[in-house]
Amino acid sequence: MEPIVIEGTPKTPTVRFDSNEAVFKLEGRSIPENSVEFYKPLVDWLESYKDSPLQKTVVEVKLEYFNTSSSKCILDVFKKLEVIHKAKNEVQIKWYYEEDDEDMLEAGEDYESIIRVPFEMIEIVE
Amino acid sequence: MSFSVENFFKELQTEDVIFSFKGDISSDVINNVLDSVEKKTEEANDPSKIRKKVYNVLVESLQNLYHHVDIVPENFADQSSERFGLIVIARNEKGYFISAGNFITRDKIKSLESKISKINNSSPEEIKELYKFILHHQKISDKGGGGLGLVDIARKTGNKLDYSFIHYNDDYSFFHLKIRIDSVEKE
Repeated sequence: MEPIVIEGTPKTPTVRFDSNEAVFKLEGRSIPENSVEFYKPLVDWLESYKDSPLQKTVVEVKLEYFNTSSSKCILDVFKKLEVIHKAKNEVQIKWYYEEDDEDMLEAGEDYESIIRVPFEMIEIVE
Repeated sequence: MSFSVENFFKELQTEDVIFSFKGDISSDVINNVLDSVEKKTEEANDPSKIRKKVYNVLVESLQNLYHHVDIVPENFADQSSERFGLIVIARNEKGYFISAGNFITRDKIKSLESKISKINNSSPEEIKELYKFILHHQKISDKGGGGLGLVDIARKTGNKLDYSFIHYNDDYSFFHLKIRIDSVEKE
């Protein structure tokens, strides 16, 4: 499958979904006005990926900021991962948050309570 | 005397103001506001926790304007702005104060007001649950908003949403949202 690689901008995150690599990445800032436009290709990519996923899919989410409209799109990404997990594949979401950033930790916990995929909360200590 | 946006904007310009803008809230304007304010919060040496809250809340305030402002009244001086709004950010030893203002057609006041009072009558725990409920169940609207902006602002600040609707004419009011981000965290 063709990977999705998107360079980050001040308003959109760096994305690296590549089935040749062990870890998928979503990092940076996600604060576009139109988040659906940005996330749709990612959701579509996962929709195809789910038919022949890696034995273990690990997604690292390392966001500095995200807006509320991205929050729904990120949920859509996680829902696709949930489908892969339900089909008896190993999936893990690694949610990073900076030391003291309780808001980001709580945001990760929100997703953890909605999505049935194992989460790992990882504090980034400077 | 009838309400004047010009005077209202002037009245908001206290000595604590670190940034203010009035006009078309375009995507580029949003970028500029965020850049400038981010630099100012860095210069002010606030704890990163506060800086992040300010940034997050500012993003939501600006994008609320971007997605939801109404077309300006016919007799309003600035007819060229597609999305007319104003934003004023002040800082003092107590914290940050963000004022956002925009025209709203009067038929929408009731639903906005009931949304705000629902948030203001909720405990922090209830606001968290409300956020999760909307996140999980509500689709993104045609306008691109997620319906989560105000809930997120209330959740991140831990403060009530202070607001007023100022009468403009028979069809329009001016909505003023006042957000406070305390410099010292509540326990």
